[in-house]
Amino acid sequence: MSTESATPGPLVATRSRGRPKRRRPRRRTVVREVCFYLAVTVVVLFSLFPFYWMVRTSLLSDSAVGQGVGGANGLFPAHLTGSAYMEDFTQQGFLTPLVNSAIVAFATTVITIFVAALAGYALARLPIRGAGAILAFILVAGFFPVLAMVGPLFLVLRDLGLLDNIYPLIIVYLIYTLPIATYLLRNFFMQIPKDLEEAALVDGATRLVALRRVLIPVAVPGMFTAGILAFILAWNDFAFAVSFLETPGHFTAPLAIVNLGQSQFQVFYNRIDAAVVIITIPVALLVLFAQRRIVAGLTAGSFR
Amino acid sequence: MATLKLSGVTKRYPNGFEAVTDLDLDVADGEFMVLVGPSGCGKTTALRMVAGLEDITDGTIEVGGRVVNDLSPRDRDMAMVFQNYALYPHMTVAQNIGFSLSLQKMPKAELRTKVEEAARVLGLTDHLDRKPAQLSGGQRQRVAMGRAIVRSPAAFLMDEPLSNLDAKLRVHMRAEVSRIQRRLAVATLYVTHDQVEAMTMGDRVAVMRSGRLLQCGRPQEVYNSPASLFVAAFIGSPAMNLYQGEMDQQGATVQLGHQRLDLPAALLDERVNGPYRGRAVVVGIRPEHLADAAEASGDGGNRRLEGTVDLVEELGSEKLVHFHIDAARLSTTDALLASEDEEPETLEAGEIGSATATAGVARVSADSHIAADQRVVFTVDTERLHLFDPETGSTLRSAQ
Repeated sequence: MSTESATPGPLVATRSRGRPKRRRPRRRTVVREVCFYLAVTVVVLFSLFPFYWMVRTSLLSDSAVGQGVGGANGLFPAHLTGSAYMEDFTQQGFLTPLVNSAIVAFATTVITIFVAALAGYALARLPIRGAGAILAFILVAGFFPVLAMVGPLFLVLRDLGLLDNIYPLIIVYLIYTLPIATYLLRNFFMQIPKDLEEAALVDGATRLVALRRVLIPVAVPGMFTAGILAFILAWNDFAFAVSFLETPGHFTAPLAIVNLGQSQFQVFYNRIDAAVVIITIPVALLVLFAQRRIVAGLTAGSFR
Repeated sequence: MATLKLSGVTKRYPNGFEAVTDLDLDVADGEFMVLVGPSGCGKTTALRMVAGLEDITDGTIEVGGRVVNDLSPRDRDMAMVFQNYALYPHMTVAQNIGFSLSLQKMPKAELRTKVEEAARVLGLTDHLDRKPAQLSGGQRQRVAMGRAIVRSPAAFLMDEPLSNLDAKLRVHMRAEVSRIQRRLAVATLYVTHDQVEAMTMGDRVAVMRSGRLLQCGRPQEVYNSPASLFVAAFIGSPAMNLYQGEMDQQGATVQLGHQRLDLPAALLDERVNGPYRGRAVVVGIRPEHLADAAEASGDGGNRRLEGTVDLVEELGSEKLVHFHIDAARLSTTDALLASEDEEPETLEAGEIGSATATAGVARVSADSHIAADQRVVFTVDTERLHLFDPETGSTLRSAQ
């Protein structure tokens, strides 16, 4: 494209004198492209290296980890084994915290999407007095520092007798997921042209039917985004879990990982990293799966 | 199928702005009524009030004799075509068309038959399984139509449904929409800013401006006897030539620059022209009421208009002659902007002077030999002159 536009005028005239002129921009774009991809490579390597290291360590045997980095245990270890993964599940009982985390994260996600969709729609479309103030208040709540909330929430949960139980964690996570999800979905609903909803109303739908059958399907990308945010927040949380949970059988995965590799004489980094790889997989899969659904311009074709 | 009746319908926004003022309109069963006016004249607001998408501040809307003011859109039994089509992007063409029927819980088989019938009428049969994104602009427009015609509503409401199509398709769909409407014989309220659409499609045309209904009648009626300067300037293409003139003391002729034209017989009566004798009037001449004097023989009297040709557009079947005379020309935009009642704006000669540059237009026979930069003499069909009060903008004929 750029080489073409750089040589205007008739082709015959440029053929004699135009050659050096035409080459220079081409060489410049080649250099520019090479630099660009070099920079991309550096950035990718830099950010992916910790992940590589994590996977590498998770595939070492207990004894190899004990020997430290170097020799046969360098950047590319000579012997790889899945024993750390086996160990996590058989000896360390990592399955229970995984299930706990899954329950909490899944419930948080579903409730977040459901409530935030209704709230976001209402704030975007219904004639609510003070909708702006409500939105501001919701957002402020969402940006409250986590550690400032831990103390008061601990007292509340203790007085309600809800400590050391995974289900109250869902409510705690909703404090953070709902504001951001509501705000996000409100903005999403604002972007959907009003005509679409009005067409459904004239076609004979009630507001709720129009929401369910027309607006929500159109807002699916927004709901996926909100859902992913909620899932990741609940799945990754450490601060609340460590504060409110006590019995190992009630631990969520991030909390359990801390206790995985502890023994009196050695830190089993391979077991820790194996567990980290395991809890990373659902998030990675979720993002990959959802990415295909978060396609911009889903309303393409709806209007002229 | 039913009649549609608007009585004193008014829309006032909380900030005091009146989008629609005291609108009275009757649409007979099966009638095609076109609401036409410039953008912002309140025509779309009026339509949305009928649909139930906008609250009514004052007045009543009746469908088939039943007042629907407080009914929700779904209980009004109207089908609407939106300017932007507003197709459901996640549904196929068949689902889009059948959506209203599926909401009525119509049995699957019956629904399918109805959707196929609508698709057949609109030539969409091959596209029923596609999503809107896979359709062309014209096809999307048809789907929007299909969504309306698939049920038998009390009325069709159409909000500039053709404005997003290219010119050729628009002309085609104009005929198509008219044909379908006639076939279904459902009362239709059709909003457009395009006066050609209004003229060609409507059984009747209602011209609106600044929230008020100015004139409502058959297209030919509105064209031949515009009630006001605004309607005269708005309806017709090329637009009516409007000049600042002056009536003589006897009420027999009108002076345009240094030339004179006889008044139409209907305006010779003193009861009609009395107040205007010796005073300024606005004179309107439709382009087709000017003929090349070399072709048509004038039969005496003051029926000739001499000017200079600026440009000739050959359309094959006829010629459009752009010319100027020495009378102050009132440009169409001036007439469209001139306010009607709220704050009567006197059209001052000085102001109009700036508009004289814009040429007048005559529609003459293709055989005419008129050429650019020549002097030209037109024969004027003086019986079809339009005269307007320069202050109120209303026609002198309506004073009868």
